[in-house]
Amino acid sequence: MQDVEMDKVRILTGSDNVIEMQDIWKTYPDGTTALQAINVVIERNEFVYIVGPSGAGKSTFMKLIYREEVPTKGQISVNGFNIGKLKQRKIPYVRRNIGVIFQDYKLLPKLSAYENVAFAMEVIETPSRAIRRRTMEVLELVGLKHKAGSLPAQLSGGEQQRIAIARAIVNNPAVIVADEPTGNLDPETSWGIMKLLEEINFRGTTIVMATHNKEIVNTLRKRVIAIEKGSISRDEPRGEYGYEN
Amino acid sequence: MKISTVARHFREGAKNVGRNGWMSFASISSIAVSLFILGVFMLLALNVNKLADQLDNQVQISVYLETDTDQPKIENVERLIKRIPEVKSVTFVSKAEGLARFRESMGEDGKQALEGYDDENNPLPDSFEVEAFNPQQIAFVAKQIEAINESDPDKPVKRVRYGKGTIETLFSITNGVRNIGLFIVLGLAVMAMFLISTTIKMTILARRREIGIMKLVGATNSFIRWPFFIEGALIGFSGSAAAAAGLLIGYSQLVIKTNHSMGLYMLQLSTFDEVKWLVGGTILALGTLLGVWGSTISIRKHLRV
Repeated sequence: MQDVEMDKVRILTGSDNVIEMQDIWKTYPDGTTALQAINVVIERNEFVYIVGPSGAGKSTFMKLIYREEVPTKGQISVNGFNIGKLKQRKIPYVRRNIGVIFQDYKLLPKLSAYENVAFAMEVIETPSRAIRRRTMEVLELVGLKHKAGSLPAQLSGGEQQRIAIARAIVNNPAVIVADEPTGNLDPETSWGIMKLLEEINFRGTTIVMATHNKEIVNTLRKRVIAIEKGSISRDEPRGEYGYEN
Repeated sequence: MKISTVARHFREGAKNVGRNGWMSFASISSIAVSLFILGVFMLLALNVNKLADQLDNQVQISVYLETDTDQPKIENVERLIKRIPEVKSVTFVSKAEGLARFRESMGEDGKQALEGYDDENNPLPDSFEVEAFNPQQIAFVAKQIEAINESDPDKPVKRVRYGKGTIETLFSITNGVRNIGLFIVLGLAVMAMFLISTTIKMTILARRREIGIMKLVGATNSFIRWPFFIEGALIGFSGSAAAAAGLLIGYSQLVIKTNHSMGLYMLQLSTFDEVKWLVGGTILALGTLLGVWGSTISIRKHLRV
C-alpha cells in the first residue's frame, strides 16, 4: 500500500528525485548554525559522497534525510514526501524507505546476526514467512549466510558492518544513508564494504554516504558534494575528495 | 493488529517483567498489599451493610407506658405517635401479649423463671412497637415520642427504648472506617502506581538502543509502546491476582470459623458467594488499571517518539 501511495506522489510531482532540499537552514537550540541555504537534488539510483571537514555539517545533512532532525527553514522531500511538514504518526512510514548505516554499526548485542536483520522486518509487522525468506536472502547478499547464528561480539568489525548493511536494505528502501560506514575499518575491509554498497547501488538503491576516506572517494569515482561551514562548497559529478587527511 | 503482532507484544511485555526481576517484584508486591487492604475495607463495608440490614429488623422503638394508663389515653398517645412523619407503623402490644412474647424469646430457660406469672400479676406494662421508615431516623423519632410525653401533663410514657448504642455506633463506625480506608488505599495505590512507572522507566532506559533502532527502521509509535503497556498491565494483574487470592481464601476461612459464634447473635457474615465476584473482580480490574496507568505515565515521559 505504501508503494502505491509513493507512486501516486511521484506521478503528481512528475519527479524522479529521491532527495530534494530547497533553501535548507538548520540552527540548533544552542544557537549554532549547522547548515545554511542548502539546495540539493539527488536523483534515483545516484551514488553520492558527502565530504568536508569535521563539524562542517555533514552529520546534520544526513540526519535531515532520515528525519532525525527537522530543518529550521526550507523544504526537504525524501521519496516524494515533504518530510519537514510530515505528521508525527506518518514518520515511521517514511523511514521504511530509508536505510541507515552508522560508523559504529548499532547492532543489538544480545541478538544473533540473523535476529538483528529480522528485527527490522519484525517491527514493521512483516509476516514471519516473508521475514525468514528475505533475511536469508540479504544475509547471502552480504556474504554472511554462514554466520547467521553468531552474536555481534563473535564477528569482526567488517562482518558487523555487513550485518548492519543487511539490516538497512532488508526492507527494500529507496535510499541508503551511510554515515562514515568505513570509519572504524581497515583499508582492506573498507573496500569490501564499498564493493557491497556499489552492488546495492547497481540493484537500484540510491546511496548517500558521508566519508573521510580520501582513497575511496578518489578511486571509486562518484558524485561528490562538499560541505564547508554549513554550506555546499562543491558539487561535482565525478569529483575528488579535495582535502588532505 | 495481527495475531502474531499481539503475541509478540505479550512476549516482549512478559520478557520485560522478567528482565527487571526485583523492580517488578517490588511493584507487584506493592500492588498486592494496597489492593489487599482495599479488599479488607470492601469486605468490611459489605458486612456492615449486611449487618445493618439484619439489624433493621431489630431496629424498632419500644414505648413502655405507665401501668395505670387508661384506654383513651393509650389511644391518644398512639394517634400522636402515628402523626410523626418518619413513623412507618405503630403496633400496640398489650401486657398479656408482652408476657407471651417474653416467654417465647426466653425459650426453655425462661419457662422456669417466668413460672407463676399470669394475667393477674403480670409485671409488664402495655407498650407500643414503633417502626421508622429509615433506621437512621430512629433516634429522632425516639426524641419526638419523648416530646409527646413531656407535653402531656400525665406523663403516660414510662420509658422509650431503642438500640441506642448499637445503631448510632454502627453508623459512625462505618463512616469512619470508610473514610480512613479510602485515605489509606488512595495513598497506597498512588505509591504502587509510581513504583510501576519507575519499573517501566527502567525497562525503557535498558532498551533505549533497541527502541532507537525500531524508530530508525520505521516501527510505528504504538508498536513501540504496546509491550510497555502490557508490562504494566501484567504487573498490575499479577499483584491484584495475589491480593484477590489471599483475600478470598482468608475470607472463606473466616466465614467458616465465625459461622457458629455469629449465629448465637442471630447475625451472619456475607457469604463467600455473595462477595467473590464483587471483591475479586473489582480488585483485578483496579490492579490492571493501575498498572496500565503507571506505564502510561512513564511512556509519556520517557518514550518520546
